[in-house]
Amino acid sequence: MHRLAAIILKEFNQIKRDKRTLLLLIFFPAFLLLIFGYAIDFDVKNVEIGVLDLDNSKESREFIEKFTLYDHFILKYHLNTFKEIDYYLDSGLATLCIVIPEDFSDELKQGDNVSIQIIIDGTNSNVGMTVLGNLRAYITDYSNNLSANALKKVGIHKEPVPVELIPRVWYNQELKSAKFLIPGLIGFIMMIVCVITTALSIVREKERFTIEQISVSPIRPHELIIGKTFPYMIISLITMILIIILGIILFDVTIKGNLIYLFVTSLVFIIGALGLGMMISAITDSQQVAFMVSIIVTMLPSIILSGFIFPLNSMPKIIQFISYIVPLRYYLVILRSIILKGSGLISFWDQLIYLTIFSSIMIIVSSIKLKKIL
Amino acid sequence: MNNDISIYVEGLTKRFGDFTAVRDVSFEVKKGEIFGFLGANGAGKSTTIRMLIGILEPTSGYAIVGGYNIIENVEMVKQSIGYMSQRFSLYEDLTAKENLNFYGGIYGLDEKELKNRVSWAVEAADLSDKEDVLAGELAGGWKQRLALSCALLHKPKIVFLDEPTSGVDPISRRNFWNLIQSITDEGVTVFVTTHYLEEAEYCNSLAFIHNGEIITKGTPSALKKNVIKRKVFEIESQEPDKLIDCFKAEEFVDDISILGLKVHIIPNREDINKDYISGFLKNKSLEFKKIDEIEPSLEDVFIELIKLKRENV
Ligand SMILES: Nc1ncnc2c1ncn2[C@@H]1O[C@H](COP(=O)(O)OP(=O)(O)OP(=O)(O)O)[C@@H](O)[C@H]1O
Ligand SMILES: [Mg+2]
Repeated sequence: MHRLAAIILKEFNQIKRDKRTLLLLIFFPAFLLLIFGYAIDFDVKNVEIGVLDLDNSKESREFIEKFTLYDHFILKYHLNTFKEIDYYLDSGLATLCIVIPEDFSDELKQGDNVSIQIIIDGTNSNVGMTVLGNLRAYITDYSNNLSANALKKVGIHKEPVPVELIPRVWYNQELKSAKFLIPGLIGFIMMIVCVITTALSIVREKERFTIEQISVSPIRPHELIIGKTFPYMIISLITMILIIILGIILFDVTIKGNLIYLFVTSLVFIIGALGLGMMISAITDSQQVAFMVSIIVTMLPSIILSGFIFPLNSMPKIIQFISYIVPLRYYLVILRSIILKGSGLISFWDQLIYLTIFSSIMIIVSSIKLKKIL
Repeated sequence: MNNDISIYVEGLTKRFGDFTAVRDVSFEVKKGEIFGFLGANGAGKSTTIRMLIGILEPTSGYAIVGGYNIIENVEMVKQSIGYMSQRFSLYEDLTAKENLNFYGGIYGLDEKELKNRVSWAVEAADLSDKEDVLAGELAGGWKQRLALSCALLHKPKIVFLDEPTSGVDPISRRNFWNLIQSITDEGVTVFVTTHYLEEAEYCNSLAFIHNGEIITKGTPSALKKNVIKRKVFEIESQEPDKLIDCFKAEEFVDDISILGLKVHIIPNREDINKDYISGFLKNKSLEFKKIDEIEPSLEDVFIELIKLKRENV
């Protein structure tokens, strides 16, 4: 017990001295949060659109007018010819152009299907997808209202069934907003912080040969491993709390679910990440290499293969398969369930099992590897 | 096994791949003595120590350290020894006191004991006004004494010091050796490696290791007597280079070495004495201050040993 306490105390003393890393631990998450929260805003608003109204009827004007009720769109340009569409899109003045056909009002009156043409600047596919989604939502809304009105005229009073509408709106306002990114960001930042700090703290002992002095002492490997990782577990938890608080202040995040669930599942995730950090420290000999390996192993897979930013189900099968070894994948589902949906164990128990398996394997294998060098 | 023996080594060998770093090394160290393990860079000193303290497994052979077998009973070996590595493994970002607390702590000292031992160490290493200075900011001599006291906190019966004086100024080195002598007075056995041969004079017993093999062992005075059977003369001169050039051509000189303004020569005939050499130099009208017949230094012994070794091969 004295031995374990000695290591923990020493580790905290070193962390306390290392002002640079400490600042980094505080500012790095805040920085990432701001980047992802503001700069990469997936909620596309104020898209400037141009309209070519070939019909020019009361109905078509009404249709166009309703666009401005949504803050997604700003009706900026009224066009007269097809040529102009090319110009406005190419120059980037408009992101989107709508062409309303000549027979728009006639067909509408007859109750036929109406087609309108939409041309989108697809350079930024993310923006494009989002705009298209918003547009669909709007049009569904419009046509539902229209059919409800039609039914009213006939004398049957029935609320329009917004089945089609709801998932679209949900998709746009939740999936791609900063709020939705927060849980992913928590997992992403914790993964990086945990792995790097753990790996560096052990490799530093190798690099400065203090590890030799420790290994001649009667300390047991498990005491050393626990003593060296425990402080970083605490730091990771503090980091998490920090991000959540920032999320609450800056992005109106609310944690809908149970805090105990959040704490326990995060602990499981952190233990896995610590294990990964230990693994890296066992196979590298310098802080520089350990840092690089940590970045490669955490950053890229966590961004690309976890569902943090890009939805996994739209990826090739092989990539989806690889994503099963990325722990953030599981943790992300859990975090989103707890924070955004407020749902309980029932909705993420399977993910928790996978995560527990991952963490157990990680901690066992890395302990064995690390024991060899002690 | 004899009760007076603190370290017993038999046939210890370590191979790294094809390369044999330590070959069939055997020796004994008595309780309470200072045992000097001497050798040039890469001779195998650190490798031998690392096997004796239980962090490197020997390829073959074994050793008993403090009554415990280094292979079968590593944990007990670790508890009974102290070790100061070649690089003073201190935490430079911790204060002197934090270092002491940490190293005492990992040996399992309880709070009261730790406090006692830390204040002992602060006293012994002369650190009383530097307790709160970061170890990285301490000067070499203090760093070295701090590292030594870290290794002594748990009152080991044996301490292994791997080149403890490298990179430390001469005055600090003398203080350090005084500290070492004071701990042997308390019955602690000291195993020390060095390549400063003049420091070997502080040792009760010595072993020379060369290319992984022990080439000789014994007390410093016995080694001087046994290895160098001929006389050694020391000539002080303002122009040692000229003297050397001249001696090189002479058949009566067997060995020449130079130490600053002092030239050591070993003649190959018994009848040569001070008068003979002084007559010879005057004859050649070479300048010199004085000539003395001296006891050979350990440096002379080491050079002679390596020469003999080469001739045998
Ligand atoms: N882990 C290792 N793998 C391969 N070779 C090694 C290893 N450790 C030491 N050696 C080699 O063994 C030889 C003896 O090394 P050792 O460190 O014991 O020398 P030393 O006498 O302590 O020298 P120094 O005065 O430089 O400390 C050296 O040639 C060294 O390169
Ligand atoms: Mg060495």
